[in-house]
Amino acid sequence: MTITLIAIVLMLAVFLGWIVSHTINVRPWSPEAGDQAGRDRLPAPFTVPRAGLIVFLAAITSLFALTISAYSGRMQMANDWQSVSLPDILWFNSAMLVGASIAFHAAWRAIASGRLAGARLGLAAGGAASIVFLFGQWLAWRALAGAGVIPGGDPAAAFFYFLTGLHGVHVIGGLVAWARAMTRLVRRSDLAEVRVSVELCTIYWHYLLAIWAILFALLLAT
Amino acid sequence: MVAGQHDAVSRVPPAEVGEMELPHAHSWVTRYIWSQDAKTIAVQYAITATAIGLVALVLSLLIRLQLGFPGTFSLIDPASYLQHVSMHGMIMVIYLLTAIFLGGFGNYLIPLMCGARDMAFPFLNMLSYWIYLLAVLVLVASFFVDGGSTGGGWTLYPPQVITEGTPGAGAGIVLMLVSLALFIAGFTMGGLNYIVTVLQLRTRGMTLMRLPLTIWGIFMATVMALLAFPALFVAAIMLLFDHLLGTSFFMPTMMMVSEQRGHEGGSPLLFQHLFWFFGHPEVYIVALPAFGIVSDLISCHSRRPIFGYRMMVWALVAIGGLSFIVWAHHMYVSGMHPNFGFFFATTTLIIAVPTAIKVYNWILTLWRGNIRLTVPMLFALGFLLTFLNGGLSGLFLGNVTVDVPLSDTYFVVGHFHMVMAVAPILVVFGAIYHWYPKVTGRMLNDTLGHIHFWVTLIGTYAIYYPMHFIGLAGVPRRYFAYGETAFVDDSVMTLNAAITIAAIIVAVAQLLFIFNLVWSYFRGEKAGPNPWGATTLEWQTPETPPGHGNWGRELPVVYRWPYDYAVPGAKHDFVPQNVPADAVEFEHGSQQARPA
Repeated sequence: MTITLIAIVLMLAVFLGWIVSHTINVRPWSPEAGDQAGRDRLPAPFTVPRAGLIVFLAAITSLFALTISAYSGRMQMANDWQSVSLPDILWFNSAMLVGASIAFHAAWRAIASGRLAGARLGLAAGGAASIVFLFGQWLAWRALAGAGVIPGGDPAAAFFYFLTGLHGVHVIGGLVAWARAMTRLVRRSDLAEVRVSVELCTIYWHYLLAIWAILFALLLAT
Repeated sequence: MVAGQHDAVSRVPPAEVGEMELPHAHSWVTRYIWSQDAKTIAVQYAITATAIGLVALVLSLLIRLQLGFPGTFSLIDPASYLQHVSMHGMIMVIYLLTAIFLGGFGNYLIPLMCGARDMAFPFLNMLSYWIYLLAVLVLVASFFVDGGSTGGGWTLYPPQVITEGTPGAGAGIVLMLVSLALFIAGFTMGGLNYIVTVLQLRTRGMTLMRLPLTIWGIFMATVMALLAFPALFVAAIMLLFDHLLGTSFFMPTMMMVSEQRGHEGGSPLLFQHLFWFFGHPEVYIVALPAFGIVSDLISCHSRRPIFGYRMMVWALVAIGGLSFIVWAHHMYVSGMHPNFGFFFATTTLIIAVPTAIKVYNWILTLWRGNIRLTVPMLFALGFLLTFLNGGLSGLFLGNVTVDVPLSDTYFVVGHFHMVMAVAPILVVFGAIYHWYPKVTGRMLNDTLGHIHFWVTLIGTYAIYYPMHFIGLAGVPRRYFAYGETAFVDDSVMTLNAAITIAAIIVAVAQLLFIFNLVWSYFRGEKAGPNPWGATTLEWQTPETPPGHGNWGRELPVVYRWPYDYAVPGAKHDFVPQNVPADAVEFEHGSQQARPA
């Protein structure tokens, strides 16, 4: 559970530190307490939708930290651990996810400077790369299952399916948001709204890439 | 007293909060069913939680009937007894308490008390309720599947819970785990709303340190829930895989009639770590909103500013942080390393410090207050007493050496029902009596309220107090019947019968409460906008009950903290948060009593 504790302590330290630093010198009963108004809001880049996404990402961080804790815990608790020899396609999939992240970022830059065509291209490419990523992950599952590495086998195999599956489900969830952003962009609805959707997708995909990098490194190392 | 002029905005910088667009309802269905109004969602949450809570109440009566009069009722057999115990625990902790505090009171009070029009993401908020309802329905379905609901205990420990022979080890446990996963997904959607609304949608002048403690409590509980529920989620999914896909995350090698079962080498201890990593913060996820609400009830009904507001806030924050490093005190009997136990005993006892600060501050708030023994106040005082009692027996159980012999006895049942069941539910009742006039525009019947309070308080003590002694006598918990067990004294059986009778009386009193809720909705005395003379924003709405958007045309502006009761020299004994300094009326000749 050390990994989880580190993750949670770090998140709580940032958050509670912010809260304490904005409440420590306030005398709430005095009228001067109103001088604080506006100063104890989150910094300007944290718009309402972004703040919502970040809170969500904090919860997922806890989820993945716990999963990794369970992984390392299970690894130490029993002596039946046999490392999975990872299929090479995972490297290709990783490249796809990196590509998706770059494409989303390009779409965000494009829409920020009003280039709708560029945004459409970036967003479509990002989504497509993610779908290829998911398909590739499925191929990896099939390859492993074909080689007799199944969830019911040794714990390393079970964890391989569990970790990649959990990550994949989050990619699928992201694709639902992506489909909404895509529809808005194609229909050319309110530009400000589209921009919010695109930026949320971008942040989310960067996050998914980071998580994948950690998971992949973990799988490679053990 | 309220001059209503908000033009003289001294000390309040320009608006920091933009207006939000509200998805207004266009039909009966979008107003009351698929509603995106946090207040309606709150009522939906509260009704659903109460309904499933009543199911759990009936289960507890079945448990008590068996324990009080073993062998008398043929409808309770050993298997169904275990199922009732498991479902009672899970429903009460998760589907009633967590849902009603955060989904119910959180949804109703956060936007109103922060001066917002609604939650930050109304659609997600609506989705949150409907997923919660689905989770409840899946849970209820598990009563009716082949083999019935799970009987593996509310903690769902593997290997027992999914091993053949345990009641509900087939479909029952699958539905339980799916329902939990749904609950957590739904809660996460709601939780995002609560946090972002508190952080970003507070009205002008509503600084963090001007938030009512109710909001602080709900806010911190939500932060904890978002970080802790994933542990239960991971545990539930992995257990589901062990059950359905034959993985061995938690399931050890087991021999049955000299034949090895499918699993190999899994670690049941790993499940316990994950479960309690969620399970202990869960205690405070329920307790912190209760702490917050009770602070406001005590302050309002004793007409005194809360004592040590800042300490109260930081105590909440400290409890929230500390509660993540105490989980293994639920696992002292799992054979852990003594140093490990020492560490967790220490952290557990450290939590007593911020908790004691809160209790002292409540008492000091009451000290020389103008105490009004209204029904909400009675419940708040009942909480104080009960939480103190439950907390003190917690000091025993927090120590490894005392916990080990007591761990599997009724002492634990008595302890956690005092601290985790009775104490929070008294706050739920107090809060309902307090805010019902705002939700419906009518007062709850006072006489029925008094009867409800006294029967519930005395009754629950009659139930749980003796359990401590039964536990000290060494009577193990979870048992269906004690039969001819030599060490169980006859007096224990007499006590058990008495406890059961008390439980039935308390359950009937709850029906009186439900009747009061319904009757008062139609026939209750009209309440007016602010029947308790409270300072917080929800009592200052232009309409009662508040309309969609809460505030009419203009958002309120906040000029003061929420505890301006008994301001020296002021004509009235409370000054609402939205009254500017120059609009406060003072008694003749005491104008300068308070700095403007």
